[in-house]
Amino acid sequence: MSDKPNDKKPPRKPRAAVNKADSEISKPVQSESPLSFDTSAVDVEKRKFITIATACVGAAGALGIMAPPFVGSMAPSERAKAAGAPVEVDISKLEAGSMMTVEWRGKPVWIIKRTPEQTAELAKHNDSLSDPNCDVTSQQPAYCKNASRSIKQDIAVIIGICTHLGCSPSAKMQKGGDMGDAWTGGFFCPCHGSKFDLAGRVFKGSPAPTNLVVPPHQYLTDTTLLIGVDKAEA
Amino acid sequence: MAEKQMNETKGLMGWIDARFPLTSTIKQHMTEYYAPKNFNFWYYFGILATVVFALQILTGIFLTMHYKPSAADAFASVEYIMRDVWGGNYIRYMHSTGASMFFIVVYLHMFRGLIYGSYRNPRELIWLFGVAIFLCLMGEAFFGYLLPWGQMSYWGAQVIVNLFSAIPFIGPDFSEWLRGDYLISDATLNRFFAFHVIALPFVLAGLVAVHLIALHEVGSNNPDGVEIKKKKDPKTGIPLDGIPFHPYYTVKDTVGVVAFFIVFAAIIFYAPDMGGYFLEANNFVPANPLVTPAHIAPVWYFTPYYSILRAVPPILNSQFPGVAMMGLSVMAFAFLPWLDKSPVASIRYRGGLYKKWLAAFVVSFVVLGYLGTVPSNIWGQFSAGMPIIGGADRATVVARIFTVVYFAFFILMPWYTAKDKTKPVPERVTY
Repeated sequence: MSDKPNDKKPPRKPRAAVNKADSEISKPVQSESPLSFDTSAVDVEKRKFITIATACVGAAGALGIMAPPFVGSMAPSERAKAAGAPVEVDISKLEAGSMMTVEWRGKPVWIIKRTPEQTAELAKHNDSLSDPNCDVTSQQPAYCKNASRSIKQDIAVIIGICTHLGCSPSAKMQKGGDMGDAWTGGFFCPCHGSKFDLAGRVFKGSPAPTNLVVPPHQYLTDTTLLIGVDKAEA
Repeated sequence: MAEKQMNETKGLMGWIDARFPLTSTIKQHMTEYYAPKNFNFWYYFGILATVVFALQILTGIFLTMHYKPSAADAFASVEYIMRDVWGGNYIRYMHSTGASMFFIVVYLHMFRGLIYGSYRNPRELIWLFGVAIFLCLMGEAFFGYLLPWGQMSYWGAQVIVNLFSAIPFIGPDFSEWLRGDYLISDATLNRFFAFHVIALPFVLAGLVAVHLIALHEVGSNNPDGVEIKKKKDPKTGIPLDGIPFHPYYTVKDTVGVVAFFIVFAAIIFYAPDMGGYFLEANNFVPANPLVTPAHIAPVWYFTPYYSILRAVPPILNSQFPGVAMMGLSVMAFAFLPWLDKSPVASIRYRGGLYKKWLAAFVVSFVVLGYLGTVPSNIWGQFSAGMPIIGGADRATVVARIFTVVYFAFFILMPWYTAKDKTKPVPERVTY
């Protein structure tokens, strides 16, 4: 049984037996063909072409007709897209040196109003940042690729999700404290220790590879923010 | 042969055999499947993996009778199972403990393959099917871990799905497609439920079947790594060192299964969360998308790979290298049949060089596994004055060293297995 040649035989035997029986009845059989009828009249080339063509059309049909509903069904549904609609925020009560968190697409979005000192501080520690000039363009809209990473100098809008593995960093807005004397205010991710400044730019030596994301946003009025849409799209 | 057997059996069996190859199948896979007579302790883990798989399916069916796969109800329905369903706590703990036990027996099963060269010619396909089972099992465990909808479920899924966003170009779109939303949400939970209870179990069962079919085609390896089919009884054609799987190994395996269930029951009764290793404390808190727990870590069976992910620093502002290394650390096993250049299969006849490398690999696997369960600043930092590593987390530096050892085991294998001094292999199996 465990002998290889013996193992192979049983499944083959019945077919061979059937063929033999058939060949005795119908004599004109091509000896090499496994089929029991005369295949000499068959246009082999044509048959091969039809077989391949059928297979191709079948495969294309399976892919083209079957795949879209299944692949497409897994994309965010219309309801999920609607829930991901832009969020309007009133920031008239936000005081300098404080921040607020709103939910956009289920993610925490921080709106930080920096004091003039905090804004001035941003330019001073460029040497210790991985990407001080925001050269990784995917992390902020083009209109926020500037020294303060914002539309208005004092107000930063940042998605509070660490670019390392998606935890939400904690605010450490004040200087010093438990972050050490060199700390000038920013954010600290509790999961893997990434550090960011008050513009969401990542400090060198952090596990996070890039700056925090600035979402598309615009000012509807001086104190009303719309998060989720660029000005061009609106 | 099949026709012959039809005539041999009578009565009900004869009736069945005329319509279905029952007797011949039993002979082929049980009573006339000859396994080497020198199987030892390490050969229990294949059957144990099968037993755990069956148990997971059984407990899983009963859990789905009460569980509700929606973000609003999931956490509460698990607590309902634990508190209000008769025997529900045991069923749930059997399933959660079963997940960890699955990985324990599979890791031991893989280690058996490593030390006795079970992946080598002619068993490469058995090994590759096994690697596929392992990958599938990891997916199954990952999808299942989201279902209780606790904080660890949520943020674990967040981290793992985010790993896919690191893939260049298609990454962000792909992870959004996987989630079905812009964040881990009800849609994600619902589809992970579908993968966990329907898709992957089917794939897993199919892979287990081909794993066994391939095994029964070439026959089992053994602790000596010699082919028993080379020495056969000239009259019967049966390997001289082979004994029928049934009754010899079915009875032996029963003993192993009973012993396993004693351990299994002890865990379920007295330590179902295993001090936070089998069920993490943070997962008894409902998922909150706006607050990350202070320390997140995967369940123990993923931690070696998670450590490797953390150890690799971002390169060119991309975390993809870390993700790629983590993927490679799992996939590396698939290349073993072609990396091993040793003339002998079993560790019994290998030299010291291989044993040292294997030991280094096991140590690095365990250390990386431990480090993956703790925060990376657990051992503090090196003093700032030191060259190169000054100021770095000690645990991160250690993880980097062991990541190098982990990969060196695979990359250098063609060299050290070829160079190693081997002992002569006996003609027949020993004990």
